[in-house]
Amino acid sequence: MAVGVLALQGSFKEHIVALKKLGVEAVEVRKPEQLIGLAGLIIPGGESTTMAKLAEEYSLIPALKEFASGGKPIWGTCAGLIFLADKAVGQKSGGQALLGGLDCTVHRNFFGSQLNSFETELPAPAALTELGGTESFRAVFIRAPAIVDAGPDVDVLAALELPSGESGASSLEKKTEEKGKKVIVAVRQGNLLATAFHPELTSDSRWHSLFLKMLPKGGKAEVQQAKEQETEEQVVRVLRPFTDPKDLPVFRDSSFLVFE
Amino acid sequence: MANNGVVAVYGNGVLADSKKSTYAVKVGLAQMLRGGVIMDVIDAEQARIAEEAGAAAVMALERVPADIRAQGGVARMSDPQMIKDIKNAVTIPVMAKARIGHFVEAQILEAIGVDFIDESEVLTPADDQHHINKHNFHIPFVCGCRNLGEALRRVAEGSAMIRTKGEAGTGNVVEAVRHVRTVLGDIRRLQALDDDEVFSFAKSIAAPYELVRQTKQLGRLPVVNFAAGGVATPADAALMMQLGCDGVFVGSGVFKSGDPVRRARAIVQAVTHYNDPHVLAEVSSGSRRGLNSELSILGLRFRASGSRCREPSVICSHAGCRHPMISGLYTWDHCQDVSI
Repeated sequence: MAVGVLALQGSFKEHIVALKKLGVEAVEVRKPEQLIGLAGLIIPGGESTTMAKLAEEYSLIPALKEFASGGKPIWGTCAGLIFLADKAVGQKSGGQALLGGLDCTVHRNFFGSQLNSFETELPAPAALTELGGTESFRAVFIRAPAIVDAGPDVDVLAALELPSGESGASSLEKKTEEKGKKVIVAVRQGNLLATAFHPELTSDSRWHSLFLKMLPKGGKAEVQQAKEQETEEQVVRVLRPFTDPKDLPVFRDSSFLVFE
Repeated sequence: MANNGVVAVYGNGVLADSKKSTYAVKVGLAQMLRGGVIMDVIDAEQARIAEEAGAAAVMALERVPADIRAQGGVARMSDPQMIKDIKNAVTIPVMAKARIGHFVEAQILEAIGVDFIDESEVLTPADDQHHINKHNFHIPFVCGCRNLGEALRRVAEGSAMIRTKGEAGTGNVVEAVRHVRTVLGDIRRLQALDDDEVFSFAKSIAAPYELVRQTKQLGRLPVVNFAAGGVATPADAALMMQLGCDGVFVGSGVFKSGDPVRRARAIVQAVTHYNDPHVLAEVSSGSRRGLNSELSILGLRFRASGSRCREPSVICSHAGCRHPMISGLYTWDHCQDVSI
C-alpha cells in the first residue's frame, strides 16, 4: 500500500521519513501519472503559492480533484490545508489555485510572519489518544494558516486558544474572539484531513497513523494494479525520483541541536 | 533573550504556553523552503514577478551581486523602507542581508519583521574576526560556507540554514559546484571514519566535536542546505539539486536575464523536476536568446570588475593568506583561513 507525498516543494521529505518509520511505502508525486495506484496522498507544508503554481503548470489540479472525488484520503499540512479549503483569505494578489473539498474558510498566514511562528502542546483529540501516547501533542506552527470558519459537516480535531492580546489577523480576529477566542487548527471531513501545524517536524507519529487509518481497507489489489502499471510504463518508474534515506533530524523543542 | 543553550519564552508572552523562536521553529521555516527557489529582488515589482513565478521566498536587496561587483564600494544592509515595501507586496517569506558580524543591522532587520536574515559575504564584512551570535535572535539566519568546518561553525553560532557559497553575480556555477562538492565530500569522508577518529577530524576542520558527531550520524548537514552563487540557468539549478542540495538561491541569474518572467518560472520548475531530464529539456528550450544576452551582460560586467582585479592594491591581512584584493570589493571567498 503506497502513499503519495506531493513533492512539488516544501517538507515532503520529512513526511516520507515519517511514513517510512511506520513501515509504509512512500512515493514522491510531481506529475499526474504518478498518482496512479496510490492509496492516499499527503500535501506537505511549504509555500502554498509555489505549490499551486507548480501544480497548475503540470495540470495536477484536475488529477488531484479526481483523486479526491474517488474517495481516496488526502491529508494537507499547513500549505496543504490551504490547498484543501473551499475558501482562503489573505492570499497573494490574483489569488491561487485551490483544490477545495473541505467546507471551511482558511486564513492564510493567520499568525503573521516568522517572528510569530511558535510551537506548543495541544490537547490530543480522542481520535489521537485511542492510538496511544500522551494526552497532548506537540504542534509546530510555521507562518501558519488557521481555519476561521468551518461548515457543519466538518469534524474539529484541535483548536488553539488565542490569548486576548493576539493580533495575528486584523479583521478576522474579532470574529474568532466572539467564538471564545479559539481558532481551529485541525479538521477532518470525509476523506480529507487537514492540520495547520506540522506533525512531520515532530517525532509524534500519531497524526500519520491517524491518516493511515483513513486509507481504504484491502488495498492489496491496488498495489498489484500499481505494480502492473509500473512494468507497463517503465519511463514513469525510472523517472520516479529516488528518496534519499538521509534526512534532517527532529529537533527537540527546548534545546539547541538535541535530536529526538 | 536566551542564554546559551536555554531557550526562553518570547518576551511579550503573547501565547501563554507556546514557545517562540525555538531552534525547531527556526529550522522549521527553512524546512518549509526546501525544494524551492529563493530569488534576489530589488523592488516590489520584481518581488511580485518572483512570487508569480513560484519562488519560495525572496531576498530583498538594494543591488544584486552583479551590480555590487560592477560598481564596487561598501555594500551594506538595504534600506528598511524598501524591505518593508517588498514585504507588503508579497505573501511569501522575505529575507534580507546583513553584513558579517554586524549584529545591529540584524537587530534592525528583526525589528521590521523580515522572516529570515542572510549574514552574507556578498556585502562588505563589518567584522573580520567574528560572526553574529545568532542565538540572540528570534529570527532564523542563513550563512554561507565553503567546507564542512565552516558550515558547522556557523551552525554552532546559531545559523538555522546553510548556503554553500558560489561566485555571486558572475553567471558562472563553477565555485558553487566546488563548494557543494567540498561540503558533501567532507561529510562522505567523515562517514567513512571510525568513531575514534572523529575527535581528530573535528579538530582538523576546526568545528565543534558534538556537531561533527551528529553530522556523521545523520549523513548530512544537521540543517537545511541550499546552493548559491552563479546559478544562472534551469540546468544549473537542477545540477545543484542533483548534487544533494535542498534548494537554490538565484541572484543576478533571473533579473539580469533577457526575460526574467520566463527565466524565473523555468528555474522554479527545474528545481522541482530536477531529476526529470524531459522536463528540464522543456523548460530550458527557447530561452537561448535570453540566456545569451544575460551571459554577455554578466560577462562584460565581470570583466569590467575583473580588470581591476589584476591590479590589486591591497593584500588580504589574514594570517597566511596573501590573496590580492580590490578595495571595496572585499569578499572572504578567497581566504582559506579556517578560524573565520
